[in-house]
Amino acid sequence: MLVIINILGLLLIALIVWWFWMATPRAVRIAGDIVDIRVAGGVYTPAQIQVPVGKPVRLRFLRQDATPCARQVVIPRLERVFELELNKPREVTLTFPESGEYEFACEMHMYVGRFLAA
Amino acid sequence: MSEQKYHLSIGGMNCAGCVSRVETALRAVPGVTEASVNLVERSAWVRGTVAPEDVIAAVRQAGYEAALLQEEQDTEEKAAAEMAHYRRLLRHAGIAAVVGVPLMAADVFGVMPHVETPMERLFWLLIAIVSVVVMAATGGRFFVGAVKSFRAHNATMDTLIALGTGAAWVFSTLVVLRPEWVPEAARHVYFEAALIIIALVNFGSALEMRARGKTSEAIKRLIGLRPRTARVVREGRELDVPIAEVGLDETLRVRPGERIAVDGVVIDGRSAVDESMLTGEPLPVEKYAGDEVVGGTLNTTGTFLYQARRIGKDTVLSQIIEMVRQAQASKPAIGRLVDRIAGVFVPAVLIIAVLTFLGWMNVGPAPAISYALVATMTVLIIACPCALGLATPMSIMVGVGKAAEAGVLIRKGEALQRASQLTTIVLDKTGTVTAGHPALTGLYPAEGVSEEELLTCAASIERGSEHPLAQAIVQAAQARGLALRASSGFESIAGHGVRAQIEDQDIVLGNQRLMAQQGVALDAFAAQAARLAEEAKTAIFVAHAGRLLGVLAVADPVKPDSRAAVARLQSLGLKVVMLTGDQQATAQAVAREVGVDEFIAEVLPQDKAAKVAELQQGGAVVAMVGDGINDAPALAQADVGFAIGSGTDVAMESADIVLMRGSLHGVADAIAVSNVTLRNIKQNLFGAFIYNSLGIPLAAGVFYPIFGWLLNPVIAGAAMALSSVTVVSNANRLRLFTPRREAA
Repeated sequence: MLVIINILGLLLIALIVWWFWMATPRAVRIAGDIVDIRVAGGVYTPAQIQVPVGKPVRLRFLRQDATPCARQVVIPRLERVFELELNKPREVTLTFPESGEYEFACEMHMYVGRFLAA
Repeated sequence: MSEQKYHLSIGGMNCAGCVSRVETALRAVPGVTEASVNLVERSAWVRGTVAPEDVIAAVRQAGYEAALLQEEQDTEEKAAAEMAHYRRLLRHAGIAAVVGVPLMAADVFGVMPHVETPMERLFWLLIAIVSVVVMAATGGRFFVGAVKSFRAHNATMDTLIALGTGAAWVFSTLVVLRPEWVPEAARHVYFEAALIIIALVNFGSALEMRARGKTSEAIKRLIGLRPRTARVVREGRELDVPIAEVGLDETLRVRPGERIAVDGVVIDGRSAVDESMLTGEPLPVEKYAGDEVVGGTLNTTGTFLYQARRIGKDTVLSQIIEMVRQAQASKPAIGRLVDRIAGVFVPAVLIIAVLTFLGWMNVGPAPAISYALVATMTVLIIACPCALGLATPMSIMVGVGKAAEAGVLIRKGEALQRASQLTTIVLDKTGTVTAGHPALTGLYPAEGVSEEELLTCAASIERGSEHPLAQAIVQAAQARGLALRASSGFESIAGHGVRAQIEDQDIVLGNQRLMAQQGVALDAFAAQAARLAEEAKTAIFVAHAGRLLGVLAVADPVKPDSRAAVARLQSLGLKVVMLTGDQQATAQAVAREVGVDEFIAEVLPQDKAAKVAELQQGGAVVAMVGDGINDAPALAQADVGFAIGSGTDVAMESADIVLMRGSLHGVADAIAVSNVTLRNIKQNLFGAFIYNSLGIPLAAGVFYPIFGWLLNPVIAGAAMALSSVTVVSNANRLRLFTPRREAA
């Protein structure tokens, strides 16, 4: 019995490592001229977004999460910060100057998402 | 359409009759359920299922002006939403505690039944159902958040709380439903622990939220400086209109005690304006025709007309608010390092929790499953990524706000960290150490001539000249209120001076060489002239009919507080270097007067950046202080660039820190705030790291074999809830910091 518990435990650790650190969620491609990002339940949905390089991208954030951390969205690589009011859509236009990953997160870095510019 | 609430600014109301007319117009709009108009504030609150444009159109149709007070509305709504969330958290904490605490008390006093007989199991099954309902009602968001995060390959605080409390409930329910699956000694239930942990986490979040509100006080105060209405002059009539309706180049009036509505230039009248809320300068500043005024500053006693030059988002106040917001959310390198740790923190805790479970199952005492479960639950509950995540942003929020209150605008959090590591301050001379424009610094009349006579004579002649030295003399005469006399026959003698007639008397004014050419004997004034030259001042001689009337000394004067500010910078352990394009003698005179450690003279503007680079190559961490325009390359080259502002130009891209007032004390203030903020961040991070790195092993039972220590999950919940409150409270301590007093 203990052996089985140990094997299950080690498998669980492997699963944690794979799921949180190695596997990445599928990125959403922009269809239309605006991307809606919902902030609710501790996550951005979608959390991975494919964006074009050098072209302005319109994003519309809708915060439905009253937790104070959800109020700010920080994009360190673009040096952009904007505030989200509860249940009020906030539209921002961003341009990604070069290809690569642009992380966006709440101020405490608990809600995390990525723009994949290519 | 759902019911909305709008706050409108109403223009053109003068009496109670107007109030009634506007209210009637508003109530007549289909969908409006409530409307109330305030004459004093010239505003209206409207509630209903109606679009704002329809409400504004109705007011305009009634003959008044209306505009949506968006910022106001946002602030009000934000405050209301935050208050609602705060109350919800407290309510959830209360409900969970009302159920959890009696259960725990009963357990402690041993009055709870065991889980053996069918009746006892039925009792516990009821408790399990009540618990899960209360957990869902008061802590459902943790579970929803945990699932959503998991699906997004992310793990957050919610994941830990949901797993910790969820595991407690699942295990306890298993004990109730299938006791035979659990060793007899381990048949204990933990419903009360799950409930109390949820109560504590909700309570901690509410406390944290309350403390967080205080960290953004500085920005709220800045937003509060925006007047709601402005008094514009249209077609000869003065009207109060919503601030959003003021157009560029419109003429506005400000009355005593009112805030200036938008940025502009005084066109008529004079007053003293209190700019302390923006620049930190305590004394009101005299404003005359032609002077710039800044929206949000307070007019004191006079009244004047001014022309709007910047409105809306272009005003200095709006730019300051935006700059402070951006800076408050930016992080220095130390914060970005923590972000990387926070990014892997929760999965790492999950792994530790699994290892803890396995450890107890393998080598723990009987009943191993109980120990394993309690220790795993405690690890999940005690780990607090929030304390880590909050450590930097909370301190930056308060530190940047505190600096803004002192007229120091920190553009990026990174500048805070670098400003605390500086070793050398390079000061540009002109406009930074000195006023930046020539001024009359001394009057030395000949015997039988008064100071007033000498100055009147010189200013009457110089009135026609555009030379900066001439303007300095004319301004000095105007400042003393002297009546200038009519002059004629003005003639410029290139490189030497001027000649003119006043009341048919021929007057010459110029340098020593001109006096020699005119055969004017300098006598005792020769020594005076030599002394002025040593002090880097320009001597201007005035003569009539071969007789010297006196000497005027003109110089770019050192700002009154430059010497004290330099001493203050030196007391902070910094080496102060002055950089100037002036000649050696002038530079030396100014350097001596302000007491800098070193000066570098005859530096061309384009070479300033190279000089900064030279100092950096020598190992110094250099701050450059300049006017932000001519010194842009040097400011960009420096580790920290300070633009010393005029109070009206804040959008200086090349600067890391913008000083709203001209005083060098701002540099020392910024460094003092940076030092104290960085110290606060380090305290927070140290606390958060120590808490987690001691708490997690303690919870896992690492100390159990040596000391027999094993933490109760409820205590872990309380510690976790308090840890983030402690971080926010420590950041709030910065609000009490006063730069001048501490660093002087």
